[in-house]
Amino acid sequence: MNDSSVKKTSQPIIEIKQVWKEYGDHIVLEKLNLSVQPGEFVSIVGASGCGKTTFLDMLLGTESPSRGTILLDGQPMPAEPNETRGIVFQKYSAFPHLNALENVMLGGEFSASPLLGKVFGKQRESLREKALDMLTAVGLADAAMRYPNELSGGMQQRLAIAQALIKEPRILLLDEPFGALDPGIRKDMHKLISELWKKRGLTVFMITHDLSEGFSLGSRILVLDKPRIDPHQPERFGAQIVYDIALNSEHVIPTSIQSLIDKQATAKDAVQENTHE
Amino acid sequence: MRLMNSKPSRLMRLALNLLPFVILLIIYTLASDARLLENPSDKLLPSWSSFADAIQRMAFEPSKRTGEYLLWVDTISSLQRLLLGVGISALIGLVIGVANGMLPLFRATLSPLVTAISLIPPMAILPILFIVFGLGELSKVMLIIIGICPILIRDLQLRTQSLPVEQLLKAQTLGANTWQIMLRVVLPQVLPPLLNAVRLTLGSAWLFLIAGEAIAATEGLGYRIFLIRRYLAMDVILPYVLWIAVLAFLMDTILRLISKRAFPWYHGKRGEE
Repeated sequence: MNDSSVKKTSQPIIEIKQVWKEYGDHIVLEKLNLSVQPGEFVSIVGASGCGKTTFLDMLLGTESPSRGTILLDGQPMPAEPNETRGIVFQKYSAFPHLNALENVMLGGEFSASPLLGKVFGKQRESLREKALDMLTAVGLADAAMRYPNELSGGMQQRLAIAQALIKEPRILLLDEPFGALDPGIRKDMHKLISELWKKRGLTVFMITHDLSEGFSLGSRILVLDKPRIDPHQPERFGAQIVYDIALNSEHVIPTSIQSLIDKQATAKDAVQENTHE
Repeated sequence: MRLMNSKPSRLMRLALNLLPFVILLIIYTLASDARLLENPSDKLLPSWSSFADAIQRMAFEPSKRTGEYLLWVDTISSLQRLLLGVGISALIGLVIGVANGMLPLFRATLSPLVTAISLIPPMAILPILFIVFGLGELSKVMLIIIGICPILIRDLQLRTQSLPVEQLLKAQTLGANTWQIMLRVVLPQVLPPLLNAVRLTLGSAWLFLIAGEAIAATEGLGYRIFLIRRYLAMDVILPYVLWIAVLAFLMDTILRLISKRAFPWYHGKRGEE
């Protein structure tokens, strides 16, 4: 574990202490310890099936740790999703029956009107303005009146990001947000999310299976893997955080990872050459 | 060209659409003529002119006995029962279906009951309905409700459960409570499927309506058909059957148009339905 990379200047926004997650005998994650400061962009990478999604689910609140604690701002994490954590999934994040603007306004409407979940008049006007600003920030101002099914994949993800950000969540969770997009579009999205992160001082957790994406976007990268494997009982040992690297520091990237990145990068270049330009 | 690849032009398709109907009409006319030639008082396949007479008599002349225009009286009371039955069923289906689909506690309680009720053939409990609710309107409306409500509930439950879980999680991260999610996320999205389900159950609703009317009623389309069956009055029965088909078609079309108008986002996604 590489805790030295974390600057212990302020109270961590997320603290994970000795967390294990198991389903019956099946241990998914073990010995997780992590402390994340506000404003960090944490990329989480790992082979498929290594528990990345379970990890994110615990941050979201749909799964709770079997052992150990997760603290958000020093408080135990609520056991169900709420406004403190925004999320963008790979797809299905936007509501198909609302247009882009209504999708972004919905969060404000929920908090303003407990009974109807809908506001009218002046209140609606101010929510509308706020939502339009947010849509502009993600580059969707021209598509405000369109329904999600009329938007391209990249635009739908922009919408999902706007929808989450308007609630100003303490942490933003991204679950392979760009996995379903074309390489060219993905690049635009990387630029957008980097910009938003810097400008708004977000704390972001992003799951990705694309190592170079994880490295180029994150300020810190977590690699999940199983250090111990029992061939006769593969579910006996869970995945741990095997590398925790601060990307803006002087730390050397271990050669094993470096070679993986290089391999992925060349593979991706090949794909891009075939599909784009 | 392979048969599977040859598509009709617009005009051709229209002609092909109409072809079976035209053939049926021709066969009917020939058969009717042949029978009437042999026995002019044959009742089985009436001529077109006796259809016209019957329609004139039922729809546009007051009945000698009651002074009412029978076809319209029958139509109004049948439609009233049907719309009442289908409307109430849709409402119950929506409320219980969404609650079942969204709330595990609710589902655990009600789902087995709904399944059990849906396994009872409604016609088998028709006598019970007449005993309990009397011979008035209520028992006929109840028959429709008992007949189609379980189908609607189960369909709506499935539709609710098949909403992507991502959407429900997203709504929770936007700070919504259960009620708000039900109202703003689930309800609008299951309304178009509800309309579709109602369209599909209309056929059964008619079946139960006519069955109920056949047994105990004083007016109604089903009542009339079963009443005049005693006189082998095919000249009235066939137009009544056609009229019912026309009404059913109109209701189906209206529901489809409402759905397209009110939920453009739904039809944009799935194309023509």
